[in-house]
Amino acid sequence: MKKAILYLNQFFGQVGGEDMADHTPEIREGLVGPAMELDKQLGDDIQVTHTIICGDNFMGSRQEEAIDMIKDFLKDKEVDFFFAGPAFRAGRYGAACGHAGRAVQQMFPDAVVITSMDEENPGVEMFRKDMFIFRGGASAAAMRNDLKAMAQFAQKLARGEEITSAKEEGYFGRGKRKQYFLNPPVPATERVIDMLLKKINGEAYETELPVPVTDLVPVAPPVAPDKLSEATIAIVTSGGIVPVGNPDRIQSASATKWGKYDVSGMDDLKAGEYQTIHAGFDPMAANADPDVIVPLDAMRQYEKEGKIKKMFHYFYSTVGTGTTQKEAARMGREIAAELKESGVDGVLLVAT
Amino acid sequence: MLMANLIPVAKSVGVNKMVPTISIPYPLGDPATPKEEQYKLRYHRVGVALDALTAEISEPTLFKTKI
Repeated sequence: MKKAILYLNQFFGQVGGEDMADHTPEIREGLVGPAMELDKQLGDDIQVTHTIICGDNFMGSRQEEAIDMIKDFLKDKEVDFFFAGPAFRAGRYGAACGHAGRAVQQMFPDAVVITSMDEENPGVEMFRKDMFIFRGGASAAAMRNDLKAMAQFAQKLARGEEITSAKEEGYFGRGKRKQYFLNPPVPATERVIDMLLKKINGEAYETELPVPVTDLVPVAPPVAPDKLSEATIAIVTSGGIVPVGNPDRIQSASATKWGKYDVSGMDDLKAGEYQTIHAGFDPMAANADPDVIVPLDAMRQYEKEGKIKKMFHYFYSTVGTGTTQKEAARMGREIAAELKESGVDGVLLVAT
Repeated sequence: MLMANLIPVAKSVGVNKMVPTISIPYPLGDPATPKEEQYKLRYHRVGVALDALTAEISEPTLFKTKI
């Protein structure tokens, strides 16, 4: 049987109301308050062994201390599932569930962390990428339903059943993609034509690849035209060009790593010394001549002509296929910070 | 400054400065053409991109290439 622990605030932990919101974290063996209903809903597959109770203000103002105490409570416990809440629309409680859940997830990477909040709860945006947050009700009137949704999902996981999309399961999307086979199988070509026909006919259709809302970047100030000849220009690519052997082990898809490679003294990127490890296109042309992605030869010519002062001696590379927007943004920030620090004036980003 | 083949995608995600390339697997040189021709194209498009770095723009802009 799998073991679970439930996190509650002072109110649902039956310690007291707002006057007890500074309640020091504690752990109790067995079931307190909503833990009874949760345990019942979990059936025979999962047992709630302990209840943690922590005042919302304690977690809000002494978060580090609270997390340390919770970790200490759990160090000798079995944690297959960690439940928190439901937190409904209570903002402080939602954030507390998130902070506790995230810490437990870090401590027990294989544990499943499940909570529930109303979509207006700020905890949703803060923690939806870190755990399963079920779409819950606005107030405690939804307690039974919310606990049921959390419990049913946990049971599915405990039994090793296939889980489907976030929407179908009822939790807020975590920004993760999962591949699965359709049953019955319908090829992508047919699905896309169906979508296109619906779009043309003005009917409702659902994309298989929702594009997250973009955050627009302001236009960068230009390099002054008469200063281009004094400028250092860097090349960054998502085309996966790396030294043969891929020393930084950048992933060929869904990359989370980037590398920088020194091209001092080179006039072009030679086949056999550089290659692409990008898994999203036929690498033949780029392997035969890596300059088609990192145009070092043309940059050297512009250096000679004095159009630019120089190409920055490193080029930066990662792989842009299946790469999440979140990872891409992080890598972009990291690379940009380095380039800025190195005094680079402009960047050509070559995409494949 | 982005050099990319999938300009509609670049536009949809809000890239500000764009120079088109000729394909996904070989953005800057078609292997079916002679080496000199590939280099000419690459030199031209990189030049457009370098000039684009100096352009004052107020909205997303696709820079024109000749080769």
